[in-house]
Amino acid sequence: MNLETLPLQVRDWIVGRFPDALQWLVHHLLSITAILTVFGLFFAFTTIAERKLLARLQNRLGPNRSGLPWFRSLKLWGLTQPFADAIKAITKEDVVPAAADKVLHFLAPVVIVAFSLLGFAVLPFGRHLIPVELDAAILYFFAAGTATELAIFMAGWGSRNKYSLLAAMRALAQLISYELPLILSVVPVVMIVGTLSTQEMVLAQGGWTWGVLPHWHVFTPWGFAGFLIFLVAALAESNRSPFDLPEAESEIIAGHLTEYSGFKYALFFMAEYFGLTALSGLGVTLFLGGWQAPCAFLEFIPSWLWFMGKLASMIVFFIWIRGTLLRLRIDQLTRLSWKFLVPLALLNLGNAAFWALTPGWTGPLALARWAVSAAIIIVPFFLLGRRLSAGYAPRTYRYAA
Amino acid sequence: MLGSGILKGLGVTAKNFVGSYHDPARMVTEEYPDTPARLPEAYRNFPFLVTENATDPMGTLRCVACQICEKECPPQCIYIEKSKDKKPDATGKPQLYPAVFAIDTAVCMSCQICVEVCPFDAIKMDHVFAVAATNRFEGLLLNREQLAKPNSYFQQIRPAEAGEVDTRLAAERSAAEEKARAAAAAKAAAPKPAAPAATPAPKPAEGGATP
Repeated sequence: MNLETLPLQVRDWIVGRFPDALQWLVHHLLSITAILTVFGLFFAFTTIAERKLLARLQNRLGPNRSGLPWFRSLKLWGLTQPFADAIKAITKEDVVPAAADKVLHFLAPVVIVAFSLLGFAVLPFGRHLIPVELDAAILYFFAAGTATELAIFMAGWGSRNKYSLLAAMRALAQLISYELPLILSVVPVVMIVGTLSTQEMVLAQGGWTWGVLPHWHVFTPWGFAGFLIFLVAALAESNRSPFDLPEAESEIIAGHLTEYSGFKYALFFMAEYFGLTALSGLGVTLFLGGWQAPCAFLEFIPSWLWFMGKLASMIVFFIWIRGTLLRLRIDQLTRLSWKFLVPLALLNLGNAAFWALTPGWTGPLALARWAVSAAIIIVPFFLLGRRLSAGYAPRTYRYAA
Repeated sequence: MLGSGILKGLGVTAKNFVGSYHDPARMVTEEYPDTPARLPEAYRNFPFLVTENATDPMGTLRCVACQICEKECPPQCIYIEKSKDKKPDATGKPQLYPAVFAIDTAVCMSCQICVEVCPFDAIKMDHVFAVAATNRFEGLLLNREQLAKPNSYFQQIRPAEAGEVDTRLAAERSAAEEKARAAAAAKAAAPKPAAPAATPAPKPAEGGATP
């Protein structure tokens, strides 16, 4: 019994029970079922983890009352809350506006969930665990991810509500703005590794210096800068606070979701969390070494556990950000993207080119390589930051203490 | 530096996160139905009648059925019937007592005027808030048995006010005892010449310190 290949053994065992003609179908259906089950549950527990963590970040308790149906004394710290939420969402009335485009209004939540799930197909969850080994995995991932923007516009247009439509336009403006820094932050990795395959990118990050320092991309100057840009862009792409203004519950009553209720509304949320999880998974794959263990002596832990651990810590970090930062205004949001992130991401591209051209700089020259690479990104960061925040920061608060 | 504010903010929330697990001062949430609500001492809702003794509530009501509260009550929610006989009150004096004392809590507006006007510290504001009845007429009309609550309960919900009332009543009671003793002594001394009549004078001063 090998924990590393356990999921594969289980799959092969089940596939073996079927006739030969059906095996290819069962093989793929099993992969799909596994992804739906694992990430469906992951989504469920992300919602409760988010509510609990946000509460703790604000000195509150969070949901802790939902227990089990027949064992009322067992509270389980409220961990069954997502299932109660699901039952609530399913039993709610599904209101469709009389003037709405019924087909689009119905299709939008379906399409958005379908497209946000597609990204999981190319993520390497473990050393041998990758649903589809695609050569152009990165291209496929972004193509599938960008298609969700279509569904957002479908939701806005299909609702036949001018506010929904306006909100959908705003959401599109945000998503297209941040598509650019997101992809530009990924390109350096493609340049350095020389492939679009996610599995090979993880393999390229294998190995340790002295057995403890991992060769993850985040531990290089260009990789660190790329990771930070990726984080900000991923937050914006998945409509997360501080970039959650397409929904902005407190201000514009959920934007393009205004006319959605019941389980359709829940589907949009599900898609949002799937998108966030997939993007976090991509970030882990590209910058945090994917399923690679951080130290050589920790390799006995199965690789898929490492991947899920890193994924969970990314999600926790995003929740932490949500509990800390305030929502931006639309002009601040697009300004940040076009004037700051895009130039920095372009510079980082040059930085990666420099890194790719100087692998021969060893010994004392290696220090120079690091210094030059760090300077290429840190100096523009400070200069751009100072220039852009002139007249805006540091802010003075006249009425707040 | 750009981004330093974000790091500072992340530090604040991280401190909240860690602090919420071990610092009770940060965690102000009260899990109300599981733990009893902590009300401020001055919280008031619906009056109750103070009795001296929890074992004999009807025998030791402080109320003497003077009906001042009934007359002062703005929404007229108090109804009192005087007794025909007399019972010793908190200070030992024979007094009337309420044969019927009813408050319609559907009408009561918790204005505390009955408490302000009561010269006998017999009616005080309660801390109850989760009150409900299935019948809005009989269910919410509380009679004297339902209204009576022992002095120990009063001390528990309003320690400061109850302590002040208790010392005052004790002083009054001991003063009354002194007076009765002096009167008894005077009565005993009356057939004799008036020589020992000066002795009771310093006694109240000593008596006041004893309770």
